[in-house]
Amino acid sequence: MTPRRKRLFIVLAVLAGVSVAAALAVQAFRDNMMLFFDPSQVVAGEAPRDRAFRVGGMVTKGSVTREPGSLEVRFVVTDFRHSVPISYSGLLPDLFREGQGIVARGRLNESGVFVAEEVLAKHDENYMPPEVAESLKRDANSAPGSGAP
Amino acid sequence: MIPELGHYALILALCLALAQAGFGLAGAYWRREDWLAVVRPAVAGHFVFVSLAFGCLVASFVANDFSLHYVAMNSNSALPTFYRVAAVWGAHEGSLLLWIVVLAVWTLAVAIFSRGLPATFGARVLAVLGLISAGFMTFTLATSNPFVRLMPAAADGNDLNPLLQDFALAVHPPILYTGYVGLSVAFSFAIAAMLEGRLDQLWARWTRPWTTVAWMFLTIGIALGSWWAYYELGWGGWWFWDPVENASFMPWLAATALIHSLAVTEKRGLFKSWTLLLAILGFSFSLLGTFLVRSGVLTSVHAFATDPARGLFVLTFLFLCIGGALALYAWRAPKLGSQSAFELWSRESFLLFNNVLLVVAAGLILLGTLYPIFVDWLQLPKVSIGAPWFNWAFMAPMLPLIALLGFGMHAAWKHARMAQHKKPLLVALAVALLAAFLIAVAGFGSAGVLTIIGLTAALWLMASALREPISRVRHGHSLSPSVLGMAIAHFGVGLFVLGVTGVESYKIQKDMPMRPGDVAEVGGYEFAFRGLRNATGPNYVAVEGDFAVTRNGREVATLHPQKRVYRVQQNPMTEAGISVGWTRDLFVALGEDLGAGAWSVRVQYKPLIRYIWLGALVMALGGIVATTDRRYRAVKAREPVAQPQAAGAPARGMAT
Repeated sequence: MTPRRKRLFIVLAVLAGVSVAAALAVQAFRDNMMLFFDPSQVVAGEAPRDRAFRVGGMVTKGSVTREPGSLEVRFVVTDFRHSVPISYSGLLPDLFREGQGIVARGRLNESGVFVAEEVLAKHDENYMPPEVAESLKRDANSAPGSGAP
Repeated sequence: MIPELGHYALILALCLALAQAGFGLAGAYWRREDWLAVVRPAVAGHFVFVSLAFGCLVASFVANDFSLHYVAMNSNSALPTFYRVAAVWGAHEGSLLLWIVVLAVWTLAVAIFSRGLPATFGARVLAVLGLISAGFMTFTLATSNPFVRLMPAAADGNDLNPLLQDFALAVHPPILYTGYVGLSVAFSFAIAAMLEGRLDQLWARWTRPWTTVAWMFLTIGIALGSWWAYYELGWGGWWFWDPVENASFMPWLAATALIHSLAVTEKRGLFKSWTLLLAILGFSFSLLGTFLVRSGVLTSVHAFATDPARGLFVLTFLFLCIGGALALYAWRAPKLGSQSAFELWSRESFLLFNNVLLVVAAGLILLGTLYPIFVDWLQLPKVSIGAPWFNWAFMAPMLPLIALLGFGMHAAWKHARMAQHKKPLLVALAVALLAAFLIAVAGFGSAGVLTIIGLTAALWLMASALREPISRVRHGHSLSPSVLGMAIAHFGVGLFVLGVTGVESYKIQKDMPMRPGDVAEVGGYEFAFRGLRNATGPNYVAVEGDFAVTRNGREVATLHPQKRVYRVQQNPMTEAGISVGWTRDLFVALGEDLGAGAWSVRVQYKPLIRYIWLGALVMALGGIVATTDRRYRAVKAREPVAQPQAAGAPARGMAT
């Protein structure tokens, strides 16, 4: 091969590799994108019924219940406007507490209960998931009488 | 008094760093010997005062000086002394100071070992390092000063985050930072080369050992972080594709590409501009990592906005460093072209593919890490990118890389005659495939496609790595540290692949409620829950479980997982009970009291997981061995500028 043809070959090979990789990457990206909804959006029916998503909010005080001796736990998360019941079977994170901000990953079942596969609480007692903080802030702003848009 | 001394020392160090940068750059530009003579003393002074500042902060922590805001926020009088020292880098301000100290140490090392370099070149390297240091010190003094007093002083401190009260995490930041900051040396060499308008094979030879040492620390640092996450975060995973982890992994990928590309530049005078670009990229990633992790941008754009001054400074600094370097690159790199040809079957080609694949992997991880932030910034619906994407994005380029690695190690420069290696490598492949089936079926009782691919790749890689050194020794040839280091590092990659394949294919995890007296069977082991008792540590109280593990009636281990509550921060913390072994880890963690006498318990069987970290350590060991090569030391002897030695390059496998 002449150096010129060889260079052409290398360029084409790299180009082909990169475009195949890019196509696959975009596809995988779409499949793995996980949307976040706050409880109000879930109650308003904006969240998908047929695929997994994340929901976040504060765990309502007094809402955590479980059958003694069982891994099954139920609790409610709220953005202080609307609430979503969540059921989860497994080990909760160390910082899971009532009044604490959490994010759960899972899907909605027919009766409107969010069945979580994973529950996250960050390792900082003052931490509020940014999504939760944001939606709480937005709600405070749009609350009646606050005057802000 | 001591904090004020530290504050003052830091200001003096900033002045000296500016002198180091100014006299270095100006002296090299106008060829003023007297100005250049200022640079090295400035480096020494810079080092002394930065160390003094750091020492003052450490002293304040050890002495429990809670009149310092930073100490009060991150330490406590009940904290053991070792962790009081580690608490220095437990939060943003102190980590920045640690970064500055590590940079001062690297700069001093460069000043000491670079006496053999041409005067203007050495001065420019030190000047660029001085500029980086000055940037960090300005940032620290202006927005994140750890020496700020608290009025009135706190009676006691807020304590160090209990997660950080751990040996691995105490030493993880300094080691990781040594790696991060070490990439600034490669970066400075690249900038100096562009300023100097000189980039030859000798330049690559000067740069290589620095880059390899930095890469080695980065490797160990990341492995420590992963190990810590495994046993301390409580839940037995070894990698989560968390933005914080990605931030440390992207510079590693870039640095790995860089050490391979430098090999080509040194041996063959090729890939010059690409090497420069990688040096810039590696340091940019490490800046991104350091800043963004600590300032919280990666987890939340909103946390970033809580301190606009800090955010603005970070962005400006990143822009100046990266933008400035790239502008210089665009201006100067075209003049540093490579004129040399190589065949398609040659070590150059293999290393080219290595670089492309590593950079693609880094790019995909960058995309997954930054995309959610970008979307958030655009005020679009919030998204997160899950681990499956990252697994895919990493595996897709890595599988071909591993396949190429086995061959590439044996390819000669310029023109490889692969025919002579084909047979032994294919035989090794067949043996590896057979052994993989044996391990999978006889050892673990099942064999999936990915498992077989992984095990075969791992075993073949290890065999392939050992082939060259063994054949050299057998034929009585000398074995240079370069060749040996390369073989060891690639053997480490094989160990790592073995560990990943083993644990991802055969791990078993069970979450269940257990009462004292219950027995759980996981992975052929019986875990008997014998009871609970109370335990106390220096600054925490704990509930401790007692588990006896048996296999076929024989006792294998007793595990004592704990649920701790630290007195000051009152957070519960899971301490897993782990039995370590060559073939498996056994892992028990206590969840919470479920009532009715039961606790939630996570029991895990983690086969071969140790090889993940062992592999990383072996890779790092390869790096150490390779840097001891004599030709790097010969730099001191003021070699004349080497002419491209393409014609005389040995035909076969003369080091990486």
